[in-house]
Amino acid sequence: MSTVLVLIIVGVFITLIVQSMPTIKTLGVGYLWGKVWDPVNNIYGAYPFLIGTLLTSFTALAISIPFSYAISIYLGEYNPKGWLSDLLKNTIELIAAVPSIIYGFWGIFVLVPLVRPWELKLGVAPYGVGVFTASIVLAVMIIPYAASLGITLIRMVPSPLKEGAYALGATRFEVIRRVVLPFTRTGLFAGVLLSLGRALGETMAVTMLIGNTSAIGNTFKDIFFGPGNTMASVIANEFSEADHTEYVSALIELGLVLFCVTVVINFIGKRIITKVTNK
Amino acid sequence: MEPRIGIRNFKSVLFKSVIIFFAFVITIPLIIVLLYIIKQGITQVNWHFLTHVPAPVGEAGGGIINALVGSFIMVGVAAIIAIPVGMMAGIYLSENPRTKLAYYSGLCVDILQGVPSIVVGIVAYFWVVKPLGTFSALSGSMALAIMMLPIVIRSTEQTLNLLPDSLKEAALSLGVPYHRVIIKVIVPCGFAGILSGITLSIARVIGETAPLLFTALGNSYLSVSLTKPMESLPHLIFTYATSPYDDWHNLAWGASFILLMFVLILNIVTKLLTRKWKIQL
Repeated sequence: MSTVLVLIIVGVFITLIVQSMPTIKTLGVGYLWGKVWDPVNNIYGAYPFLIGTLLTSFTALAISIPFSYAISIYLGEYNPKGWLSDLLKNTIELIAAVPSIIYGFWGIFVLVPLVRPWELKLGVAPYGVGVFTASIVLAVMIIPYAASLGITLIRMVPSPLKEGAYALGATRFEVIRRVVLPFTRTGLFAGVLLSLGRALGETMAVTMLIGNTSAIGNTFKDIFFGPGNTMASVIANEFSEADHTEYVSALIELGLVLFCVTVVINFIGKRIITKVTNK
Repeated sequence: MEPRIGIRNFKSVLFKSVIIFFAFVITIPLIIVLLYIIKQGITQVNWHFLTHVPAPVGEAGGGIINALVGSFIMVGVAAIIAIPVGMMAGIYLSENPRTKLAYYSGLCVDILQGVPSIVVGIVAYFWVVKPLGTFSALSGSMALAIMMLPIVIRSTEQTLNLLPDSLKEAALSLGVPYHRVIIKVIVPCGFAGILSGITLSIARVIGETAPLLFTALGNSYLSVSLTKPMESLPHLIFTYATSPYDDWHNLAWGASFILLMFVLILNIVTKLLTRKWKIQL
């Protein structure tokens, strides 16, 4: 039965490649840099979606890192036991448990109206939906992945190391900064990678909040606050409407890119984790 | 030269406060989301809501019976596909951890866990929808089953790894054949752990929308046929939440509330089961 798994992964990969063959053949690598996505005239370029995906994911990651590190340090070092710690840990896990569709739905009706006045103040068109709004929700959603790994790793720091530093007169902050964090640095990085993998592939919440335009703005401000599209969201929106082979295969090629990127990221992440936890 | 101890202590306290601040602030969005969904949803839920199909635009009332039934059927079928495969693979991984096949399938479990759900949807479309020529509940179940597999496998494997070898050795020394040892000793002993993996995997996929978009598609009528399009809770929320009608939004709030309750209950059950087994999922 274990072979089934290998077959599934290989099957997924082959299916994606075979089905995206038409565009791979006709457009080649240039597909990824093409700036225009116009299915009606059969012009396909993935650049707007690449930018959209990278921008949302990394913005979300940047917002989430302080929180996930703080949670890791607090629950790993300051307060590893007791009811408060359990409560907080369960709450963090709950964040991951809430379906993304619910975050998206909430975002449309609560977050979007909140973002609009801010956009007016900044002098951008007040769509409400857009890359920025999607990133905020995405940031909350990916925190648990980095945090739960970080907690485990920080708890694994051998106490003799920390005690040694205390014995030399270090304060708690100095112990954390000079002993705990350097010791767990690679592992925490792996946690961030796993979060990134989640962010790249997250579909529903982003689809509902990003505004779904395939045109890309001219200035950074426009791109960042205006509506956009990610690879996952364009597939979700257009796959069932795609009516000719080339359109379908262009969308599947996006899926293929997404698959390959997440596989590589997860592979590296898991590699680091096994290395760190086995020592 | 290190600065004076007063400053260093102050820095330490300051750092701790910042950490505590960030660690607790993140619970605020979750609480806001949960309260909002409960507030909006709970007023929608009543017997009528649970037993009727959605009303057309402009008509009051209507419910989500089609999505409830659809979600149950699809997740149920997905579980029937994923649980045996996942358990067997998990048993294999835990019994033969050093073989080449175990290494590669372990790797595949990790990869599968990270595959975006939308990609699973595309693949299920080509594996089931295309050959059958129609969108169907079965293809949705297939996609969900693929998403359930890694969780079931990992929980089975980890639970069985926690069992002491002496259990297995005792049974083997009594002359019990290997396959009976697995069925009668190993699996029953790790049952709670395996069960927790199953409940967790169900909790994960019951809220999945992306794999269902081009497989089960959705259906505004009650359908129990596996070969026809079927509605599901998350898909209903998606369609109605993005519609422009207030009545439909209300329906979606109610459905979100129900979905949230399912997810919460399944997670609590998982928690209770894992507390006994101390496994990390």
